[in-house]
Amino acid sequence: MILAMLSEAWMAMWANRLRTILTMLGMVIGVGAVILMLAVGQGAQQQVQASIASMGSNLFIILSGSTTSGGVRMGGGATPTLTVADAQALEELSSVVAVAPSSPGTAQLVYGPNNWSTQIVGTTPSFLQVRDWRLAAGTPFTDSDIRSATRVALLGQTVAQNLFGDEDPVEKTIRIKNSPYVVLGVLAAKGQSLDGRDQDDTVLVPVTTAQRKLFGTQFAGTVRFIMAQAESAEAMPRVEKSINELLRQRHRIREGADSDFGVRNLTAMANTAAETAQVMSLMLGAIASISLLVGGIGIMNIMLVSVTERTREIGIRMAIGARGRDILLQFLLEAIIISVIGCLIGVLLGVGGALAVSKLSGMAVVVTVSSIIMAFAVAAAVGIFFGWYPARKASLLRPIDALRFQ
Amino acid sequence: MSDSVIRIERLYKEYVTDAGTVPVLRDVAVTVLSGEFVAIMGPSGSGKSTFMNILGCLDVATSGDYFLNDRDVNRLNRDELALLRNQVIGFVFQGFNLLPRANLEDNVALPLIYRGIGRAERLAHANEMLEKVGLGKYSRSRPNQISGGQQQRVAIARALVNQPKLLLADEPTGNLDTHTSKEIMALFTELNQRDGITIVLITHEPDIAAYAKRLVRLADGRVIYDGPVEHAADGHLEPTS
Repeated sequence: MILAMLSEAWMAMWANRLRTILTMLGMVIGVGAVILMLAVGQGAQQQVQASIASMGSNLFIILSGSTTSGGVRMGGGATPTLTVADAQALEELSSVVAVAPSSPGTAQLVYGPNNWSTQIVGTTPSFLQVRDWRLAAGTPFTDSDIRSATRVALLGQTVAQNLFGDEDPVEKTIRIKNSPYVVLGVLAAKGQSLDGRDQDDTVLVPVTTAQRKLFGTQFAGTVRFIMAQAESAEAMPRVEKSINELLRQRHRIREGADSDFGVRNLTAMANTAAETAQVMSLMLGAIASISLLVGGIGIMNIMLVSVTERTREIGIRMAIGARGRDILLQFLLEAIIISVIGCLIGVLLGVGGALAVSKLSGMAVVVTVSSIIMAFAVAAAVGIFFGWYPARKASLLRPIDALRFQ
Repeated sequence: MSDSVIRIERLYKEYVTDAGTVPVLRDVAVTVLSGEFVAIMGPSGSGKSTFMNILGCLDVATSGDYFLNDRDVNRLNRDELALLRNQVIGFVFQGFNLLPRANLEDNVALPLIYRGIGRAERLAHANEMLEKVGLGKYSRSRPNQISGGQQQRVAIARALVNQPKLLLADEPTGNLDTHTSKEIMALFTELNQRDGITIVLITHEPDIAAYAKRLVRLADGRVIYDGPVEHAADGHLEPTS
C-alpha cells in the first residue's frame, strides 16, 4: 500500500519536474544554510575552546599593580612588587595546585648560523603544570636548576624550528646574550592564544637565571607576574579571596589602601569568550533556520496549488474507492519526499560548502553528525507540518465537488 | 434479504443556494434488481445526474432511504462509503476520467491500490481486464495515445477490475461517435448478459437507451415512467436534450 502510494507520489512529482525541483530548492538552500552556518559557528566555538584549553584551566594571573610613591601613582606593572617569595607563599594556600612566577623579557638567540629574537620567560617547573604544557622532547628543568640558577632552557616549537630546523635541539647549546645555555627540551605545540599570539614562540628558563644572569633587575627577586592554578572551578572564588588576603598581608597594605597587585581570573574571561562564540553559533543557526522555514512555506504553497490543480484527479480517485486517508497519505508523501530529498541534497551541499569555506578562507569549520541529524529532522518535520494542511484539505473534499471541479 | 441491488424510497434532494432551496429530486422511488439493465433518461435539469451521483455514493440525499446491496447508505461514514464505491460500484463517466500521466494498466489497476493489493497482482488483474475489453496490447500506452472509444473501454475495464455488482454509467457515449457508441453499448450488453452485472446508465439518446431492458424517465425531479424499454415507444424515447 505504502509502496503503491510512493510510486503514485513519485509519478505526480515526475509529471511536474520543474516545479518539484524548484520547491525542493527551497529545502536544499534551507538545509544547506543551516548545516554550513552551524559548521562555521561550531568551528569558531571549537577554536575558542582549544585556545582556552591551551591556556591551562582554573587559572589566576597575579600582576604587579600600581604603587603610590610620594603622591605619584604609577600604572599597573610599572614597578615589580611581586617576588618569588610571594609565589612560594601562595603555594601554601589550600586549594592552590600550582604556582608559577614569571619574569619575561626579550633577547636574541643564536645557534650556529641561525638567530631568532623571542620572548624568554623566567619561571619555575610548575609553569608547565599551570599552563598544562607537555614536552615534545627532552626533560624539564628542576628545582635544583632554580636554586643554582643554571643556564638551561626549554624551547617552544617555533623557536626550535627557527634555530634548529630539522635538527634535534635536545642537549645542544645555544647562546642567549652571548652566554651558553643547554637546551633541556622542546615544548609541545600549543598554537594560537585567544588574542592570536603564537604561544610556541617562547623560551623558558629558570626564574633565577632570568633574574640574575639574563635580564637583571633593580628590584632583586621580583617577578612580573605570578600564575596560580586552583584545584577546581568551584574553588576559584575562594582561592581568589585568599590570594588577595595573603598578598596584602605580605605586602603590609593597610586596611582600605589600594593593593599593589591585581588578581585576574583568566578562566572566567575565557569562558565569556566561549559563551560569545556559542551565542554567535546559535545566532547563525537561527538565521539559517529562517530559510528552512521559508523553504517549508514554499512546500506548502506548491502543495496547495497541486491540490487545487488535481482536484478532479482527487475526485476520480474517490469515485473509485479512495478513502480520505488515502488521499491524505498521497499528498503528505509528496511533501515528505520533496523535503527529504531536498534535505539530502542540502546536507551534501552544506557539508561540501563547509569544506570549501575552510579550504578557501582557512576558517575552522566543524560539521558534526548531530547538526546533520538535526537539520534532517527539522526538514522532515517542516515537510510534514507544511504538507499536512494541503493534504488534509484534499482529503476532506466531497467526492462530488472534487469530481465536478473544472 | 432480497435480490435488489438498489432500493430507493421517498428520496428527496435539495440544493441550498443564495436564492433559496432548490428541489432537485422529489419523492423518487426506484428498485433495481440484480442483473437488470436500466437506462435513466430525462431532460437537462430533470435531476438524473444528481440521482446518479446519489446512486454512486458520491453525493448524499437530503432525505429518504437508499439501500445499496441491502446496506443503508445513509448510516455509513465516509470511509465505508469509499469502500462501497471501491468494491460494490464500478463507475463509467462521460469524460472517461482516466489519469492522464499513468499508463493504461496503472489506470485500470488504480482501484486495487485502495484494496491494498500488491503490485504484481494488481497489474495481472488490470491486464486481464484490458484483455477483456480488447485493449490488452495497449497496456503500456497512455490515455492520450488512444482514441476516445478506446479510452472509454479502459474506463470500463477500470470499473470492472474489482468485480463490482453494479456498474453506473453517466452518459458513457456522450463524447463518442455513433459507431464507437455502438461498440461500447455492445460491451455493456455483453457484461450484463454474460457476466450478470447490474447496469444503470444515464443517457439522452434513445438509441442508447434501447440497449437497456428497463427505462426510468425523470422529469422535474420525479419519476414519470418506469417500465420496459419496448413499451416506451409512446414518446418516452424521444431525444430529450
